This record gives sequence, structure tokens and C-alpha cells, in this order.
Amino acid sequence: MSALWRHERARLLVGVGIAGLLLFGLAPAVLSDFRLNLLAKFCCLAMVAVGIGLAWGRGGMLTLGQGVFFGLGGYLMAMHLKLADAGPGGVPDFMLLYGDGTVPGWWEPFRSPVVTVLAILLLPAGLAAALGWAVFTRRVRGAYFAILSQALAAAFVILLIGQQKVTGGTNGLNGFRSFFGYDLSDPVNKRMLYFVAAGVLLAMVLVVRLLMRSRYGELLVAVRDQENRVRFLGYDPARTKVVAYAVAAGFAAIGGALFAPIVGIISPADVGVVPSISFLVGVAIGGRATLLGPVIGSIAVSWAETSLSERFPSFWTYFLGALFVVVVAFLPDGFATLGRLRWRGRRSDEPAGEPAAADEPAPEPATSGRTA
Amino acid sequence: METLVSQLFAGLSLGSVLLLAALGLALTFGQMGVINMAHGEFMMAGAYTAYVVQQVIADAGVSLLVSLVVGFLVGGLLGLLLEVLLISRMYHRPLDTLLVTFGVALVLQQAARDVFGAPNVDVRAPAWLSGAVQVLGVGVPRTRLFILAMATLAVVALALALKLTPLGRRIRATVVNRDLAETAGISTRATDRLTFFLGSGVAGVAGVALTLLGSIGPTLGTNYIVDAFLVVVVGGIGQLKGAVIAAAALGLLQAGIEYSTTASIAKVLVFVIIVAFLQVRPQGLVSVRTRSLA
Repeated sequence: MSALWRHERARLLVGVGIAGLLLFGLAPAVLSDFRLNLLAKFCCLAMVAVGIGLAWGRGGMLTLGQGVFFGLGGYLMAMHLKLADAGPGGVPDFMLLYGDGTVPGWWEPFRSPVVTVLAILLLPAGLAAALGWAVFTRRVRGAYFAILSQALAAAFVILLIGQQKVTGGTNGLNGFRSFFGYDLSDPVNKRMLYFVAAGVLLAMVLVVRLLMRSRYGELLVAVRDQENRVRFLGYDPARTKVVAYAVAAGFAAIGGALFAPIVGIISPADVGVVPSISFLVGVAIGGRATLLGPVIGSIAVSWAETSLSERFPSFWTYFLGALFVVVVAFLPDGFATLGRLRWRGRRSDEPAGEPAAADEPAPEPATSGRTA
Repeated sequence: METLVSQLFAGLSLGSVLLLAALGLALTFGQMGVINMAHGEFMMAGAYTAYVVQQVIADAGVSLLVSLVVGFLVGGLLGLLLEVLLISRMYHRPLDTLLVTFGVALVLQQAARDVFGAPNVDVRAPAWLSGAVQVLGVGVPRTRLFILAMATLAVVALALALKLTPLGRRIRATVVNRDLAETAGISTRATDRLTFFLGSGVAGVAGVALTLLGSIGPTLGTNYIVDAFLVVVVGGIGQLKGAVIAAAALGLLQAGIEYSTTASIAKVLVFVIIVAFLQVRPQGLVSVRTRSLA
């Protein structure tokens, strides 16, 4: 077993096999429709976590605004679902309630499913690329980048709430009846949605693995650990970071797009500053720089929250706060590294997994003649 | 003319609130690179301190003055506790301090909810702060003027403390070059602790000031924390001057855009302007010259 385990490829096959068996075999067999729907929701949240694992764990970019991209994906999808429910030429119900009863021009393209799917894949990633380009080329990073991404989330929520006529305000968009022609009240279709979410999640993990195995992955970690040295070697760290940030945003958007039909609502409460930071806790607990850590951590935290917070609503917040403190302060690499310790038996051969070190103000001796 | 004056004042008023919220952050973030997400909750603690003090002292005027002192101590001690227990352990991981302090913020918010209840509570303003003063033909609420005065006072006091006192000298030395300061015989550990006490104390005072503007609830801090951080980022780290200019500029900008569009559009535009501004000056308005490549 241990000989097999050392083989990278065998490990991957075993991992994918176990994950597939759990997600596609065991879960649908033992869980009730209600629980399965919950798991589908957790899969959507885990998609955001996979992206954060890439951007933060591997790339060292602490993004506090993934809720924005999650929300963009969710709202884009919700717009299409509302329009589809209203029928050709129809007006979504909430617009009749708050607005003047006409569909604004920029909503119209989302009647088409093709446009919607393309928009979900391209718009949030494009926005992230534009923002990333603007800040990374100017070497805005570390805490500054974190604060900017958080401000983006704050601005996004204020915009959503302010434009009630087109976004539904604090209520968000809800009450979807069908998903690309499939009736959402039918349990069979709900089940299908779960399989879609689980499949997409698994695919994302494989994409991240491919990325990390490539030359690009090496470069991303190098940028995280020693950005300046990478620059001196002739690479453009900004470009490397933009790609990871855009991919993370794309993952979050897809998660949001599936979240809307699975949960049946997307509202500012799902995408604000606090949810955006809460996405991080699962990633941190699972192990930010590992492949499966963010997924497992995210699903575990969501599961715990759902089962605990119903019974002890106040206790859960204390617990979540304490988790943040304990894990980040005392177990910065998450639980995944605990597992690795046991399997390998010793720590000395581990690469120093300390992403945050990249944000120290240039530990190497400063080159003469350059003033910032 | 009158609209101009009233918009100008709205902007300055917003700016002074932002400044109060950001002053303490500018200190702690500037010196230690620590992102204290619990700073907003220290403000909330200050606000609730004002509420509690008013339950004890009925006279609104006296209770306000007492609250300012007690609020400073409450905020400062919370900050000191946080620094000693957690932040001092995570020195070289500034981004992780953000997550840790966010956890602390969650706990503090829930604690406030459990102790004081989820609904908002009110603190009565003293009689001499009610009503408005006519300035250039525009009615300006006295509470707003008071907060403007408090922000000014806080800046002047901090600036003088940094400039003249031995502690201020040590703080400035630590901001500019921590290692060199340590070599020169300054205990940067003790300086950090005192800085955190001071910065968090200012947050407590800011919280007391906020009780004059409206009712207070457990989420009071979260409403200000993001804007306060933006002020620090735009201002440049570790510089009071930068924070003052940035707070005034952001306040005026927000009020100005709000006048011609809506509050929500203004918020988004201000964000875009900040990102554009960082293209020109990535290190903020006022930056310490260093040889580092960051």
C-alpha cells in the first residue's frame, strides 16, 4: 500500500476513484433527496474553495471578494431562469412588483441559454482578469490586494441592493421553476442537478491538478514564494497571477451559477463581505496549498454549519470564530498536512509550505540603486 | 452656493467619521503590517460602552464625556489582549492575522448579540448637541460638527504624541525600519503592544462618536471597516498625513458623486477611482521611502 501510495499517478487514480465512488455511488444511495440537495449546494460552495485554493494557497493572493464572482455567476444564471420562467417576451414577476413592468435592454440577451452560459464562463473571469491586470502590474499585493478585493465585495453588494428594480434588492432573485427546460420541482431533475454539480467539482479539481503539474504551476508557486526572483529571471509575475485569479473567479462563477437553481435563491446575503471571507475558512482548515484540502474542508465546514447551526445558532458563530483562530494560528497548513505527516512519517522532506511569507517586504538584500 | 456648502459639509462630515475609524488602523497597519479585521468590533465595543455608561450616568452630557475616556480604555484593552494573545504569535504572517482577527470579530459580534440583544439600541445625545448651527446659510447638525472637532482633535493629539513623546519616536522608528530600531535599543515588542493599545483605543473613541449619529447594533463595525481600510490604503501606510487627506478626499468624493447619482452608484465609482488611483501611486498618497522592492 505504501509503495503504491508513493506513486504520484497511482495516488491520483486512487483519489479520483474514491471521490467518484463517494460522490456518485455512496451519496445518492444513502442520502435522502433533501440531504442530496444540500450536498449539491456544498459542492457549489466547494467550487469557490477550489478556486481560492489555487489563487491563495498556490498563488499567495488572498482574495476576500470571491463572493463577487460567485454572485455574478449566480445572478447571470438567475436572470436567465427568471426570463425563461416568464416565457418569450414575458416580464419576470419581481419586475412587475418593483419596476415599471418592462425588461431593461441589458437583460434581453439573457433570454438565450447560449448567451447566458457564455456570459457565466467569460464575464466574471474577464472582470477578474481586468482587475488583476490593473493591480498586479502595479505590484499591488499582499494586504493591499486583500483589502481591494474586499472593497469590491462591499461595493458589489451595495450595488445589488441599490438597484432593486433590476436585481430584486435585498430579496435577490428566487422562485425559479425550471432549469433549461427541466422542471425544478421534479425530484429526478433535482438529483440530476446534484450529479452535474458533483461532476463539475471533480472536473475542476482535475483542472487544478493539471495546471499545477505544468510549467505554469511551478511558476505560480515560485511567484508566491519569491516574486522578485521570478521577475529577475525574466518572467512577468503579474501575468502568472492574473491567470490564477481569473481561473479562480471563473470557478466561483460556475459555482454560483449552479447554486442559484440548486438552492432556489441568490441574494446579496450570499455574496457579501462576510460570506466572501467565510469561503476562506474551509480552504484554510482543509489545507490551502493542497489539491483536495479546500474541497474537503469546505464541504466539511458547510456540513457542520448546517447540522449545528439549526440547533445552536449562537454556538455556531463562536465555533466558527474559534476555528478561524485556532486553525490559522496553530495549524496554518490545515488538516491535510496532518495526514501527510502520518503517511510519510517525517516532516523534514516537506517543502516549506508557508505561502504568506511571500508577502513579507522582500526578505532578500535590497539591490542597490533602486528606490521604490 | 448653498448646495455647494451643504455638499462640502456632507463630504467633510463623512470624511471625519472615516478618519476616526481609520486612525487606529493607520497606526497598527502601518507599524506592524497587521490587518486587524476586529478593529470594527472594537468600535462597536466603544459604542456599547457609551450605552452602558449612559445606563449608569443619567446626565447625557456627563455620560458622553465619561464614555470617551472609558471607551478608549475598553477598546485599548481589547486591542492589547488581542496583540498579546494572538497577533504576537504570528509575526511573519501578516495575511494570516487578517483571518485570525476575522475570527475574533465574529466572536465579538456574537457576544454583543448575546449580551445586548440583536435589535439596535440608542444612546441619547446631550442637549447641547441637539439642533443645528447656521453656517453660510446652511443648517449643520451640531453632532456632525462635534464629530468633526473630535476627529481634528484626535489627529492633532496623535500627531503631537508621535512627534514629541519618546513613545512616538519609538513608534516612528519602528515603522520606518523595525530591525534598525531593534538594534538601536528600542524594544519593538513593547512598542507594538503600546501601539496596538493606542490604535484600538482610538477605535473605541470612534465608536463612542458613532453613537451620536444613529442607533448601534452588533454589526456596527462591519459597516465601517471596509471604508476605513480603503482610507489607509489610499493614504499610504504608517502616515497620519496620508490618512487625513485620504479620508477627506474619499468623503468629499462619495458625497459629491452621491449628489449627482445614487449612493450605490457612488460607492462603485469611488471603488473604480481608487483602483485607478493605485495605478498612479500603488503605495498610496504618502509613502515612506524604502529600498525594498515591494
